[in-house]
Amino acid sequence: MRIGDFRASYQHDEALWPTRVQRTWLALLALALAAFPFGANGYLVGLACLVGIHCIAAAGLNIMTGYTGLISLGHAAFMGVGCYTAAWFAQRGWPFFLTLPLAGLMAAAIGLVVGLPSLRIKGLYLAVATLATQFLLVYVFREWDSVTGGVRGVNVPNASVLGFDLSNDHRMYYLIVPVAALMLVGARNLFRTRVGRAFIAIRDKDISAEVLGIDLLRYKLAAFALGSFYAGVAGALLGYFYRAMTPEYFTLQLSIFYLAAIIVGGLGSMLGTILGAIFMTLVPELLRGFVALIAEWAPGATEVLSPVQQVVFGLLIMGFLVFEPHGLLEIWRRVRRLFHLWPFRA
Amino acid sequence: MNTAAFDWIALAEYSAIGLLSGGLLALIALGFVLIYKGTGVINFAMGEFMMLGAYFFYTANVLWGLPMWLALALTLAAVAAVAALIERALLRPLSGQPVISVLMATIGLASALHGGVEALWSGRNYEMPTLLSRKPFTPGEILIPGQVVWSFVLAAVVIVAFTLYFRFSKTGIAMRAAASDPITAYVLGIDVRRTQALTWMFAGMVGAVAGIVVASMTSLSPALGGAALGVLAVIILGGLDSIAGAIVAGLVVGLVESLTAGYLGGKVRDIVPYAIVLVILLIRPYGLFGTRQIERL
Amino acid sequence: MNPPTPLHAPLLQADGVHLGFGGIKALAGVSLSARAGEITAIIGPNGAGKTSLFNTISGFYRPQQGRIAFEGRDITRTGPAPRAAMGLARTFQNVALFRGMSVLDNIKLGGHTRLAANPLTALWYLGPARREEMALRREIEREVIDFLEIDHVRHQPVASLSYGLQKRVELARALAMRPKVLMLDEPVAGMNREETEDMARFILDIQEERGITVLLIEHDMGLVMDISNHVVVLNFGEVIGEGTPAEVRHNPEVVRAYLGEKAAAGAAPVPA
Repeated sequence: MRIGDFRASYQHDEALWPTRVQRTWLALLALALAAFPFGANGYLVGLACLVGIHCIAAAGLNIMTGYTGLISLGHAAFMGVGCYTAAWFAQRGWPFFLTLPLAGLMAAAIGLVVGLPSLRIKGLYLAVATLATQFLLVYVFREWDSVTGGVRGVNVPNASVLGFDLSNDHRMYYLIVPVAALMLVGARNLFRTRVGRAFIAIRDKDISAEVLGIDLLRYKLAAFALGSFYAGVAGALLGYFYRAMTPEYFTLQLSIFYLAAIIVGGLGSMLGTILGAIFMTLVPELLRGFVALIAEWAPGATEVLSPVQQVVFGLLIMGFLVFEPHGLLEIWRRVRRLFHLWPFRA
Repeated sequence: MNTAAFDWIALAEYSAIGLLSGGLLALIALGFVLIYKGTGVINFAMGEFMMLGAYFFYTANVLWGLPMWLALALTLAAVAAVAALIERALLRPLSGQPVISVLMATIGLASALHGGVEALWSGRNYEMPTLLSRKPFTPGEILIPGQVVWSFVLAAVVIVAFTLYFRFSKTGIAMRAAASDPITAYVLGIDVRRTQALTWMFAGMVGAVAGIVVASMTSLSPALGGAALGVLAVIILGGLDSIAGAIVAGLVVGLVESLTAGYLGGKVRDIVPYAIVLVILLIRPYGLFGTRQIERL
Repeated sequence: MNPPTPLHAPLLQADGVHLGFGGIKALAGVSLSARAGEITAIIGPNGAGKTSLFNTISGFYRPQQGRIAFEGRDITRTGPAPRAAMGLARTFQNVALFRGMSVLDNIKLGGHTRLAANPLTALWYLGPARREEMALRREIEREVIDFLEIDHVRHQPVASLSYGLQKRVELARALAMRPKVLMLDEPVAGMNREETEDMARFILDIQEERGITVLLIEHDMGLVMDISNHVVVLNFGEVIGEGTPAEVRHNPEVVRAYLGEKAAAGAAPVPA
């Protein structure tokens, strides 16, 4: 039960983790994350890396779509931009602490180019514009052989700094998790300032936002560029993680995957982002496991894995939108409320 | 051969084929416009309605051996039923929600339907029966494949039929009223819920017909679902809420696609609609005929 | 920076504003001025053009003819966002709060133009962004939340508040802009007697203690007659009368507009 939760200063009131209990849990989580790779097997560490990457990408999409209300169907394409950018520089020996931001900036730049015409008009049109961008960028990935390696794809050298190679998942984990943590906290910080508030205002009632002095186009562009930056970094990390990438990875289906992640997790919340990323990373794994399990009785099952995955994503999106529009976050909050009030009932 | 002379015949051929194939694009666009006008939503699952139509027809006609007219009737009924179910189970619960929620719901729907079809019928290419005569037309020196001409005719017939229906039939007028101002329509005794269901059913059937035709002209595979996304260029160009715009834009986009395919090759043709979308949004976002939205403050 | 407008000089001025939508003429040559430090009320039957006038002053509509001037500067062509930075604040007829945010966050948005955080400083938060946030918080608590007596709901989501409280939060948000001119569109619509009296007290305090010029659309004649210094009457997009509350009440044109021909003939004043 939560008692004695006093705030004696405005700074305390606005802190992200104001209570001692919260801070203790946070410290425990940090310890657990740091120690995780030593206790877990390679498969789980790899999965954790993917969760981290998905968190970053989903955070970017949530900034754009969940908080600002700009629907993007091209998020995967922007990840691709980041991936190819990082690959290009990494092949020339640049260290990851330079290639990652560059990947993000390149994706953000493309985001600005796409956003400039599309953000002057209503949301429906933006969705279509980002869809068009998704297809156009994939076309570029396939055709621009000299830079992207075309259909064959690109090999990404190990992420490295000063000669130290991140050559296995275990080491990549210690790059991905801190970067993800930093970027998630950064995104959360946005919404403690006027920038983030402006984003939400634009989503909720853009006319009111204008009357308060918010330049709509400027802030929409900022949201779009930030979201694309996050996508770019996530894409770069993906490239380093898989050590090779083809254009077939960054498809519309992946964009829909991230959309599902933020809807399922909770639009407009960083905790929702994390919950959604974890959930959506587990879903394909569970499906794969399930198919392997029933492979004896249903030999054709493995062929339908990919389409069944699509069905599941679609059902998740529709189901959560209809039944739990606030996502897993709402369920989490209900559980928390239960604990805060225990032994009294809600 | 004199290579310096401009090949007018090729140009004429590409143009004719382009304009005629635009008819089908206009038909698919009609499906989008119907739903947008009726419910204010862009239905990202339009391509999947096309898929359903094509796959249902294939199942009825080829797998079950039913005669074509019966297969068609069953297909239309089935797709209409699915559309009505979608309207009832997905759209109606979301009716108060902001547009982006409904948009995302149709995206989820598209994903689920696409996967469902592929899972049930597998991802193989099937060959559809030839529905339209392949005999080419040869006005003058140009050659136009028969299917292109007949698809245009079919599309034109369906579009005209729908337009007349909406203009003059009681249900059609009720649908237009409900689309324009649901509250007033409700007060006047129009069953708005029923008209919205009808809108989806009609859009579904239009999509199904288009899907059958496209599949018979190319082949039956899950890639059919993606065909409708290219039609988004048509409705953006024509204006989201204009049927006349959809028709004109369909012809224009068909023309541009054909010319691009002819002069720049097939691969470029695939992304032409998306390039068109971005260009239009840059210079004239509400399209040729769309109504500029004035918000009530 | 303009020198402060002397008391009673026109701070906000509309001259000969014509506004039409398609075939509908919303404003047909409206001129009015809001004098510094005064409460000016705009009244008139529904559809008279009052909200259209507000929207034109806010910058959402560009008039076909006429001009809007703020502190002597022509702002007819400027967009709504720059007008906020100049000192123009408004509330809306249907409460236009941001439902996804708490009361406090909504009010903080009023201070938007006076803050300086950009995406970079915002991501990092520690340092300049945090400092300005704390300063804003202190200022809002002191000047607005205390004043409007909404401290008990500051962290609640606005969607959970009663209508009356929501209207007060909207007023708080407008005040957080530290405006020179405050435009209130039907501030007491839907309120009971007690809530109306509270709101009246707040508006008067805003005028007297902060020297803010108030422009107000209202249907509640009691409120209008009690607190306004100057009243402008619109009907069918035209000004049909203006003056002090007492003068306007007995103006035959105004009476005709509200009560009809017979009442005008009998020269019965508009009831308060």
